Amino acid sequence: MGETRKISVTINGQKYEEEVEVRFHLADFIRQQLGLTGTHLGCEHGVCGACTILLNGESARSCLMLAVQADGQEILTIEGIAPSEDELHPLQEAFRDNHGLQCGFCTPGMLTTLLEFLEENPDPTEEEVRIAISGNLCRCTGYQGIVAAALDAAKRLQAEKAA
Amino acid sequence: MKPPPFSYHDPSTLEDAVTLLSSLENAKVLAGGQSLMPMLNMRYVLPDHVVDINKIEDLAYIREDGDALEIGAMTRQRDLERSKIVQKKCPLMHEALWQVGHQQTRNRGTLGGSLSHLDPAAEMPSICATTDAIVRVLGPNGEREIGFAEFPAGYMTPAIEEDELVTSIRIPCWPDGHGFGFVEFSRRHGDFAVASAAVLLEVSADRKICRAAVTVGGVGATPVRVTALEESIIGQEGSEEMFRDACEVCRGIDALGDVYASTEYRQHLATVMARRALVKAYDRATDGA
Repeated sequence: MGETRKISVTINGQKYEEEVEVRFHLADFIRQQLGLTGTHLGCEHGVCGACTILLNGESARSCLMLAVQADGQEILTIEGIAPSEDELHPLQEAFRDNHGLQCGFCTPGMLTTLLEFLEENPDPTEEEVRIAISGNLCRCTGYQGIVAAALDAAKRLQAEKAA
Repeated sequence: MKPPPFSYHDPSTLEDAVTLLSSLENAKVLAGGQSLMPMLNMRYVLPDHVVDINKIEDLAYIREDGDALEIGAMTRQRDLERSKIVQKKCPLMHEALWQVGHQQTRNRGTLGGSLSHLDPAAEMPSICATTDAIVRVLGPNGEREIGFAEFPAGYMTPAIEEDELVTSIRIPCWPDGHGFGFVEFSRRHGDFAVASAAVLLEVSADRKICRAAVTVGGVGATPVRVTALEESIIGQEGSEEMFRDACEVCRGIDALGDVYASTEYRQHLATVMARRALVKAYDRATDGA
């Protein structure tokens, strides 16, 4: 093992104190050291978007950060999106209802990206959604279902807010 | 794909960072990481030391200073994109930022990092070339300023020493009402540009162009200011036809050829992108005039 450092990071509301190898990127730390394998790794060079997480509420590629850089930060991964064990987030429900996924590999990255996007753009156009997910590759759906799900989720989230 | 072993340093002051860079052998500076991290993951670079400058305070800011913008090297591209000052004072940069990577990479990527990496297809170096930006760097012998025309030493190589660090960028702004246009050709939104063009124009009341700056990116080894084109349109009234003829000079740009586009195709795209950006800028400058 090479040089290591002790870091303290909050992921999905839970605090982790871990000794981590400094060369580890954040995605490997989350998956291999913490066992949170919902964050997927496709390309590992910042192209596919599967490893997108929310870092202090902002979407970021976890393969393009070192784990040591997450020291003291707050992270949200796909495992932390649903409000409880047996409830889905409205965005997840919209994906399920609109066939927004087939194999599911890109889904964690799609959801984290869209969470930030819909927070900033509660009533987006289809064009805006397509640009928002332009950094997330999907090889199954042809994107139609994903775009439909995002637009549907926007409506659900707005209805939830109004209620 | 895993980064190779290295020692990690995270200085909290600029002085400490420079001391580290001047004392360590084979060190790389880690800014936003959106280029260095992929290069580490793929082991294109094998540094013995990584100096992370994310913990240094006061390196991220956007300030208006007279007729210029002062931007800290660690200012994230997303903060520039959201900045009302940038949108008002340098709308060209605002327009180009939207095409820099994706929301996820702009959240991390920095202006100083993009300039230091100096990918010829990247948008920010082209903007700095067009605005005649001044890059400030700090080294063991103190601070110095480099005009952007002298900043690229060659393909992906800035003219800074290994123990120097970009600290801020000064972007001179054009007067209110100037025309601007940034266009690029890429296979998909957010991809690196195969070719891009950035244009600034000042047009007088008689609709004649009195000042012009045109940069073509992604074509040569570094962003190319097309001075022959700039000179040829000064004093002329803009029109689609005039710009089309004037842009033919772009076919002579010393262009790269690779698997994505041949030399001739890049020269062709340079010609088309320059014309489109000029038309856009001219229309904006003369809108309502």
